[in-house]
Amino acid sequence: MRNYALVILLLCSITSISQNCNNTLSGTITDLHDGSMLIGATLIIAGTEQAVASDFDGKFTIPNLCNGTYSIQVSHPNCLTKGFSVTINGNTAKTFKLEHHLEELNQVTVAGKAYRNKSKTILENTLSKEELERFSSGSLGDALNSLSGVSSLNSGNTVIKPLINGLHSSRVVIINNGVRMEDQEWGAEHAPNVDVNAVGKLTLIKGAAALQYSGDALGGVIVAEATKIPVKDSLYGKTLLTAASNGRGASFTSQLTKSYRSGWYASVQGTLKRFGDFEAPNYIVSNTGIFERNASLGVGFNRFDYGITAYYSLFKNEIGILRASHLGGAQDQIRAINSDIPLIVDDFTYNINAPNQDVTHHLARLKGFKKFPGFGKLNMQYDFQRNNRLEFDIRRGEDKNDASLDLQLDTHTLLLDLEAHQNDALNLKIGLTGKYQNNYADPNTGVRRLIPDYNKYDLGVYAVADYQLNNQWLLEVGGRFDYTTMDVFKFYRTSLWDSRNYGELFPEIVVEELDNQVLTNPKLNYYNSSGTLGATYSFGDVYKLFLNYSVASRAPNPSELFSEGMHHSASRIELGDLRFNSEIGHKVSLTFQKENTVFSFSINPYINSISNFIVIEPTEIQQTVRGNFQVWEYRQTNAQLLGVDMDASYAFANNFRFHNQFSMVKGYDHTRGEPLISMPPVNIKNEIVYQNPEFNNIRLSLQSEYNFRQNEYPDTNFEVFIPETETTETVDVSTPPDAYHLLNFHSSIDFKATKTATLTVGLGITNLLNTSYRNYLNRLRYYADDLGRNFLLNLKINY
Amino acid sequence: MKKVKFLSAVVLVTLLFTACSKDDDTPQPVNEEELITTMTVTLNPQISGTPITLQMKDLDGDGPNDPVITVSGSLTAGAVYDGSIVLLNETETPAANITLEVEEESTEHQFFYTLGGGLDLTTTYTNFDDNGNPLGTQFSLTAGAASSGTLTFTLRHEPTKPNTGLADAGGETDIAATFNVTVQ
Repeated sequence: MRNYALVILLLCSITSISQNCNNTLSGTITDLHDGSMLIGATLIIAGTEQAVASDFDGKFTIPNLCNGTYSIQVSHPNCLTKGFSVTINGNTAKTFKLEHHLEELNQVTVAGKAYRNKSKTILENTLSKEELERFSSGSLGDALNSLSGVSSLNSGNTVIKPLINGLHSSRVVIINNGVRMEDQEWGAEHAPNVDVNAVGKLTLIKGAAALQYSGDALGGVIVAEATKIPVKDSLYGKTLLTAASNGRGASFTSQLTKSYRSGWYASVQGTLKRFGDFEAPNYIVSNTGIFERNASLGVGFNRFDYGITAYYSLFKNEIGILRASHLGGAQDQIRAINSDIPLIVDDFTYNINAPNQDVTHHLARLKGFKKFPGFGKLNMQYDFQRNNRLEFDIRRGEDKNDASLDLQLDTHTLLLDLEAHQNDALNLKIGLTGKYQNNYADPNTGVRRLIPDYNKYDLGVYAVADYQLNNQWLLEVGGRFDYTTMDVFKFYRTSLWDSRNYGELFPEIVVEELDNQVLTNPKLNYYNSSGTLGATYSFGDVYKLFLNYSVASRAPNPSELFSEGMHHSASRIELGDLRFNSEIGHKVSLTFQKENTVFSFSINPYINSISNFIVIEPTEIQQTVRGNFQVWEYRQTNAQLLGVDMDASYAFANNFRFHNQFSMVKGYDHTRGEPLISMPPVNIKNEIVYQNPEFNNIRLSLQSEYNFRQNEYPDTNFEVFIPETETTETVDVSTPPDAYHLLNFHSSIDFKATKTATLTVGLGITNLLNTSYRNYLNRLRYYADDLGRNFLLNLKINY
Repeated sequence: MKKVKFLSAVVLVTLLFTACSKDDDTPQPVNEEELITTMTVTLNPQISGTPITLQMKDLDGDGPNDPVITVSGSLTAGAVYDGSIVLLNETETPAANITLEVEEESTEHQFFYTLGGGLDLTTTYTNFDDNGNPLGTQFSLTAGAASSGTLTFTLRHEPTKPNTGLADAGGETDIAATFNVTVQ
């Protein structure tokens, strides 16, 4: 390796002739993996015989450089020596990242090693710890929203569900510390149960190519990993406090890690977040408070050739749902939509009243690995998750304080995989997963079960391999097979059972016929195959071309199969269908990337064709005693999503950088010949960042975000008769809101508090101009504006 | 060796957890407790004559069957009726009387009577909530001249009280039942 770097160095050492030779190159040397500063690294500038070393903060300065391109060799005792090409244009700042020796890396790896090669032929988008910290008082969905190609499906401002290239819910798989989240992700108003403060690195893979996680991620995979823990004697931690004016609340998070040279470590982390009612520019958005409490604990023992770790996390979140969104019937809906302000605006309060959600998620994981020389690495993991979801509605009588929905979802998973490192060029990974899941709906709610009781078993096998053909080409291939079986006990209303003609279609599943309900025992089996094939072509030092084709298959979720009844927060009746088959998606994705210190970009067009795509849309109007309701039925269709995501970053002056992001996706229902509902509109983000490492690492950024109006949508409006006025009025539930533009400001500055502690102070303002707007992807957009201006103060201490 | 033991323990624990899952007992049915299946409005003539009933019945709640609406007869021009409203949940046995709950939470409920299509009659509230604002499970109805049209009963949950009518009442609709009524 070292020789190779030197050869490159020699070949590249062409120094251009220049007039001005008083320029300085300064910056830091950091560890590629955990971003830690590398002390005592040596930098040698080819052609000048200059050599400098990085100081105790990992910083270095090289004076007397001319404008032009230099080759610099950076070496460190614990790292692979690497050659870099640097363009000097005036005083230049640059961060060099070095990678640990392979052995060293294995030693320091605690979590996430099994997931290091996520997908090599799809460009991964990542958010680092520093970027995530800016979202400390927000949610995982807010953080993901900052990546190109990701938007979110919101229910108010606290339930933020990631939407990747137009797809969401069961089509987006979230891996939290190596565990696939089973947190009733099927619901559009169910936010991921992950504490954004417990995440050290967030990786997004747009598509199903990462087969080691799942074969059903038609939208994509989000991988949240904890920060790696070094194998050395140390004690360190951080505390972060964010106070925000909007919602008049704060979030507090702290973490502490103790590690030993012997390989033992323990890490503890906790978050407390409390906000009252949030505010739109002109009014209080009543009952939108949030109270979140999380804690996690990890202990483990890691050696070079074996290790075992245990991890437990608790996530508890109480979320208020906009009071004005709880409606009875279409007549109320008309009143709510036609009103400029929400029908209910109360005084500010920290209290969270009905309607609200109270979700608790436990996650426990036990993981071990063992290396066999000349053979590979064997990983084994067992995890248990318990998700308890309570939803409270506006109720009457004795039930007033009882939950309307009380579901407990338990999941046990066993993972076994083998990473065989055949030679430097070929990596092979094979694995086996087994999963048992039980859902229990408490009948004491006095409301019919939204999701029935069921037992579900999954068995999956996969193999993925990548092969470095030569310096230019890397090939990747993978395959996965999943078998899913569900044993369900479901009560159907007799009237629905008859109207769907299920009695004749499925006579064998009837267990018992009651007065007005039919108890059934459906047993469903799904056999799903998925695969991926891809290549990466690197050329001209800075260019890369990623090409990937993947096929994903997803079994329908319990909500799509069994929904049957009123959904209050959506003011509609939702009906699933027992007859659904698996969705199958074929996605071709191409990414062209340039990576350079001055100018970087990536452009990623894709096409995703999905057969048996499950959509929910209105079919008829149902009369009830409460008035008329729209009936939304799930159906399967053939869909196609076409889109492009673009990212660009340009360092146009010393310490200044300009970022641009552009995302566009078009979704069509080919069976009906109309656009798909809830597709993200075109979005452009531009940001100017000033960052000066020389001056307390000060960072100032101004971001502009423009969301176009969605002009392609299906017409789902319906008509309703209003007795008071004796008129028939149209309930406009489909027209998207207007385009909007938001400005956000963020700043931060570092201070040395003590010898070892750093204090970072940040000030941010979101929606700087206090713009009133409504977001097409907010399910409560009919009833209230989105949030107004928000001042955020961040205090962080690293120690 | 230690590791082997440990791994076996992990497997055992997993099997144990899996084996401990609930028995295949069939779950208990849930009857909607707050469901209103039936609204019966009884109009008793103050002087003489047969009572008239207006009924809306939807035994499958949110299910696909439409409510069944019946009107037992016509009103007599100029007559005064004592009206009373009974709400039932008939999916429970015996049927639950929801009117009692509404009257218990009188300050959080109010009935509204809306006329349509030239129907000539007037209504007055005869029962009130704890704050003296109208509740309306009891009312008085005076039939005017011969006419026909619609009479709509709306029950709002958590309305603004006092109010001047449906337009500024707010709250959520618990019942919206429209009857075709004739005055002879």
